[in-house]
Amino acid sequence: MSATAALSAAAVAGGRRSDARTLAPFGRRRLAVVGRRAYGAYLVLSLADPDGPAPDPGQFAMLAAAERWGGGADERPFLPRAFSVARRHADGTLDFVLEEVGSGTERLAELDAGDEIWLLGPLGRGFTPPSGAPARRPVLVGGGVGIAPLMIWQDAMGASPPPPAASAGASPAAASPRVLLGFRDAAHAEGAALLRDAQVATDDGSVGHHGLVTDLLAAELACEAGFEVYACGPEPMLEAVRALCAAHDVPAQLALEAGMACGYGACFGCVVPTRDGYVRLCVDGPVLDAAALEVIS
Amino acid sequence: MSFALRSSQARTSKEDGFALRSSQARTSGRRYFCGIELAHPIVNGSGTFDAIAARRAFGDALLDEFPFAAFVSKTVTLAPRRGNPPPRLWELGAGMINSIGLPNKGLDRFLAEDLPALAELPVPLIVNVMGSAPEEVATLVAAFAEREEVAALELNVSCPNVKTGLLMGADPGETAGLLDAVRPRTAKPLIVKLTPNCASPAAVAAAAEQHGADAVSLINTLRGMAMHPRRPGEPWLGGGTGGVSGPAVRAIALAQVREVRERVRIPIVGMGGVQTGGHASDLLDAGADLVGVGTESFRDPRAGARIAAELQQITANSGVIHDAPEPTRPRVAQGD
Repeated sequence: MSATAALSAAAVAGGRRSDARTLAPFGRRRLAVVGRRAYGAYLVLSLADPDGPAPDPGQFAMLAAAERWGGGADERPFLPRAFSVARRHADGTLDFVLEEVGSGTERLAELDAGDEIWLLGPLGRGFTPPSGAPARRPVLVGGGVGIAPLMIWQDAMGASPPPPAASAGASPAAASPRVLLGFRDAAHAEGAALLRDAQVATDDGSVGHHGLVTDLLAAELACEAGFEVYACGPEPMLEAVRALCAAHDVPAQLALEAGMACGYGACFGCVVPTRDGYVRLCVDGPVLDAAALEVIS
Repeated sequence: MSFALRSSQARTSKEDGFALRSSQARTSGRRYFCGIELAHPIVNGSGTFDAIAARRAFGDALLDEFPFAAFVSKTVTLAPRRGNPPPRLWELGAGMINSIGLPNKGLDRFLAEDLPALAELPVPLIVNVMGSAPEEVATLVAAFAEREEVAALELNVSCPNVKTGLLMGADPGETAGLLDAVRPRTAKPLIVKLTPNCASPAAVAAAAEQHGADAVSLINTLRGMAMHPRRPGEPWLGGGTGGVSGPAVRAIALAQVREVRERVRIPIVGMGGVQTGGHASDLLDAGADLVGVGTESFRDPRAGARIAAELQQITANSGVIHDAPEPTRPRVAQGD
């Protein structure tokens, strides 16, 4: 399984935050849209990429519609847009989750089967497996469209050989990730169907817990030790996750987002401040260890 | 006409000079630029392609299909620079504004870490340097003068993000003073990267030529800004203002290259909004010897190679020669 291979590759690479990554073919490739499915406020676009490499969970791609990209109503979009790879199917089909929030996502949301997209990727460094022996139990924390990289990460974990069920000290449940997702409202919470066994919080209380996804995380961290947190979502959520994990001395890997022009380290536009200075999210992230970050704002 | 003729003989008139240049300029293949042999006329604009980061993303395929005929480094300064606070980018309808602020590891770490990696590229290396005073630039130039990995040096006197750069490149007298300080420090070709944010780039180019520059490159980005979409009265970019690039500046680049060509005999690296071989051909016709690709590489990392191939097709169809003749007298840089 490709997802397993990606996971193993990351594991073999050893050190956390090593520079290991699945390389992108040099140059963008023109791919056909083969699927388009709405999940409430979200749209999952599927692209046929049979010859492309299997991305590491947490890697991303730069996408641009092959037609009418530039010169629209407000003359945008001009630059490609960065999207986490949300899923890779056995035939190489890649899924991306998008929400219409601006000119780029609005144009991409117009696309349907038969249309084409320029894709560059996979890019960046993804998640690394839980640390510790025995391995810490993963908790996936997603906010809004930030669920995307958690999908492929959950897939990769599911594809891994399950731990021996009968062996002492390791129940099957110990390896399966907890999944905590936060959404604005019911329309957005439909995105929870893209992951398995998700516990949901909504801002308006229409689905699940009435409050923040970090309320759910705080409850988990309060009652059990031995977690490793994987999170992607809006900056206030990531900051809350970072602070919670720091307080509980729990390692966390955060998938961040920043506006980027190129995706491969050329433009220096996507920097975020870390304890080591600015780093480019496209080549040094998008997944960063929470411990490397100060306050996320 | 050969390169040697152009660079060693005085023109009899502007019109003559223009006609002389275009026969070599329209070639799309192998050529000599300041004595450096290049496979084609497409290079990158400084700061628009990080070959080291790109190799991390694409692996050695980058070396096998390197998209540029020469690689121009991001600006190196004496001391490390953190760069501007984010946000650093703003998308425009026909381009973008960047406010990057020249982040770099400083001369010492560049020499120790980046230069060996850049020396592995399959093309000549041009190092871009910037200092806050002529003496500082001279120190940087001297540090690269003896490095055989470096084919030429480009002087950033034009970055609109840095006040000192704007000053030195905005005034012919300042540029002349800079060249006077830097020229004696190296025999390597010196390229002056002109800023469009001044009264007369052509006058600055003429001063650069008179004071020993081997070539000029233009245009750098044009100063611009974007307002914050949610905070009335505040700029969006962390640096306040930034540099406009992309298709929006192409017509300006064409006009400025033409204007500079009418004032100087030294080679010109023309750039600004080039997205196709046709755009590159236009710049060559306007008087450029090489063409830089910048923002388009952000949209497609192989853009340089594509544009070179398109340009080759255009020149093939127009019947002009593909490869420029080897210069009869190789260019010898001025200086000590």
